[in-house]
Amino acid sequence: MAALIFRRLIQSALILLGVSFITFFLLYVLPADPVRQIAGRSATPQTVANIREQLGLDQPFVVQYTRYLAGLFHGDMGRSYLQKTDVTTLIMARLPASLLLMAAGIAAELLIGLSMGVIAAIWRGRAVDNSLMMTSFITVSAPQFVVALLLLYVFAVKLGWFPIGGYGTPAHLVLPALTLGILGSGWYARIMRSSMIEVLRADFIRTARAKGLARSRVILRHALPNAILPVIAMIGIDIGIFMGGIVVVEGVFGWPGIGQLAWQAIQRIDIPIIMGVTLVSACAIVLGNLLADLVVPLIDPRIRIR
Amino acid sequence: MKKLLVSTALIAALALPAFAQEALDPDAKSGGGIVITYKDDVATLDPAIGYDWQNWSMIKSLFDGLMDYTPGTTELRPGLAESYDVSADGMTFTFHLRQGVKFHNGREMTADDVKYSLDRVTSPATQSPGAGFFGAIAGYDAMADGSATSLAGVTVIDPATVEIKLSRPDATFLHVMALNFASVVPKEAVEAANGDFGKMPVGTGAFKLAEWTIGQKLVFAKNPDYWRAGLPYLDTVTFEVGQEPVVALLRLQNGEVDVPGDGIPPAKFQEVMGDPAQAAMVVEGGQLQTGYITLNVKTPPFDNVEVRRAINMAINKDRIVQIINGRAVPANQPLPPSMPGYTTDHAGYAFNPDEAKKMLAEAGLPDGFETELYVMNTDPNPRIAQAIQQDLAAIGVKASIQSIAQANVIEAGGAGTAPMIWSGGMAWIADFPDPSNFYGPILGCSGAVDGGWNWSKFCDPAIDAEATAADSMIDPAAPERMKMWSDVYMKVMEQAPWVPVFNEQRYTMKSARMGGADNLYVDPVSIPVNYDYVYVKE
Repeated sequence: MAALIFRRLIQSALILLGVSFITFFLLYVLPADPVRQIAGRSATPQTVANIREQLGLDQPFVVQYTRYLAGLFHGDMGRSYLQKTDVTTLIMARLPASLLLMAAGIAAELLIGLSMGVIAAIWRGRAVDNSLMMTSFITVSAPQFVVALLLLYVFAVKLGWFPIGGYGTPAHLVLPALTLGILGSGWYARIMRSSMIEVLRADFIRTARAKGLARSRVILRHALPNAILPVIAMIGIDIGIFMGGIVVVEGVFGWPGIGQLAWQAIQRIDIPIIMGVTLVSACAIVLGNLLADLVVPLIDPRIRIR
Repeated sequence: MKKLLVSTALIAALALPAFAQEALDPDAKSGGGIVITYKDDVATLDPAIGYDWQNWSMIKSLFDGLMDYTPGTTELRPGLAESYDVSADGMTFTFHLRQGVKFHNGREMTADDVKYSLDRVTSPATQSPGAGFFGAIAGYDAMADGSATSLAGVTVIDPATVEIKLSRPDATFLHVMALNFASVVPKEAVEAANGDFGKMPVGTGAFKLAEWTIGQKLVFAKNPDYWRAGLPYLDTVTFEVGQEPVVALLRLQNGEVDVPGDGIPPAKFQEVMGDPAQAAMVVEGGQLQTGYITLNVKTPPFDNVEVRRAINMAINKDRIVQIINGRAVPANQPLPPSMPGYTTDHAGYAFNPDEAKKMLAEAGLPDGFETELYVMNTDPNPRIAQAIQQDLAAIGVKASIQSIAQANVIEAGGAGTAPMIWSGGMAWIADFPDPSNFYGPILGCSGAVDGGWNWSKFCDPAIDAEATAADSMIDPAAPERMKMWSDVYMKVMEQAPWVPVFNEQRYTMKSARMGGADNLYVDPVSIPVNYDYVYVKE
């Protein structure tokens, strides 16, 4: 197991290196100049040249990239061009909020999605199945911005049950997590449904039923643990999609996470921040996948990863 | 809704005696706090660095410069300088500082701080986007190329007197000294912040930074030692960031927000203005802004002035104003109407597609031509570009729209590779209320270089010479100087390197509990609000 984790960590590091290279390269070839954003519209060519030199942006790509990597190995993600503050400080100030929202969002989508999937599978082909699958279809295709505003308008503005955006108390977390939960639940509902249907047809379920076990016990103790395996693998992949959705949801609810930081940095080509947020997000995705891979064999002894 | 015209008056006298005691609003109440919202986090509060419309007014409330503006107007008035003298040749300014002004850290401000602050902003190490504004100060070039560490032209005469020598006459110099970039900062606080002065600002302003939670909010607290007696009225101003404009509007309606800093969201504008209760909370005012289309005079067929004039006549500006819900007035010249030097009796190029078509034919293009129109990709700019595209199609010009990110449009404009650019979302809002600010960088030869903001690459040495002459006069507000500037822009319009399209109006929404004159809510230099002078009624 230790060897496996070690091997996967090496793989993860290589993936992150690849991500950093591609992002850095794309920002390098972008037909826009970060120095002009820093220098502003009143800058003289002399000022522009000075800033370019100070930031090392006059150097060839290889030099710039190696410098960045060297900093990274020393735990230095650089300084924001426009905010003139350490990127690490900016990200660390916002990361806890994003992680909290991510955890709550994933919990919400699992709760909603898995319940929908199990119910649909049990009553397969009935009206409840059809309407649940229809709902899941709508949730996966609904724009995040619209769902977020709708929930905000109904539950915060009209009913006043929750605060209108913001951060700080558990009440602030409900609507953004619910938005992410509703939007992501459709995928889980569909996967859970098909996986559950497959398991319910299996011989060991028939055996369990034949032994006279209660229907609820068969479903919860025998079918669910087996049907849930593909869902766990899905969570790992989902973190990537989640990171994208979080940008929008954080925006609507005024949630102070890294999504908003990234959005602002992209507008102004603040390369150190873009790099930092990309790498942190990539880390989250890689770790999520790693965890999913490690958890599956614990649940299902039949699966062993080599 | 109340309409206000921004005052265009400038001070007439060169040296005015000024007192820290000024006439206060008799209805004003002291105390209380307000909440302002923004979508974006505040990038920096360092006055040498901050250069966006969000942090501009915030920095103004934390810091002071030697010069300032009368609230709600474009009139210059002394700030940290109590008075000033100008030499007969207009090349030497002597500022007499107010006594007893204290920084937020308790130390008294002196002439050394003024010199330090000007050295700091012009030092290449600071990377100030405003360094270029100080180009007229003697010794600036040596600072810019790194051969000096101090501005030779700035001399501390005694702790209460600073003398600034210019290397060339500059009528706009007093405006420059009123820019945030000229704010006076304490050296020890800058050094203690160790590069993070933008997050730990210390100034002499009406408010001091009390709290900053990155990504969430900033709280400004009243400076009890503020040198303008009786000000500010508010105890706190809280800026909540990360707030979507639509959500901010909902929160304002719910009584949780006093001013949505990003304004009324375009999609909600008609709904708000159509409801008398909400419209009563909106203050409308002029803005020192012009939206225009640049025509690259180096790129055929725009190198032909007749073609440029034809394009000017082809654009239906009224329709474009309708696209943005009437939040602007059609423009016919580079200067906005509230800017001194605006030519009131200029008719401009009237909308006349038939005549435009005829002119194109006379220019040898009876079948029109194909070109590209660059535009920033955020609403409403692509929609405006489509309207321009249709207008051009009506005279046979096929323009393909390049809708790309702001930074990419700026890059293409600077490099001169864009035949046409719609300036929306990027240019041009005045840095200070003087007509010269619409010329040099965007229409003059100095801006027509690679990477400059003169995207039409228009450069007429004769007009440039006239502009230089106007800026060499001593009194910035002299009527002859305004006449010269008016002439400059009329000559520019004859050459038609731009299609001036509209001047945006400002609409600030405020909660019913907020008090203070309406012009404080459309202050030309403090957007959205002049925090030092507004108050809450309850």
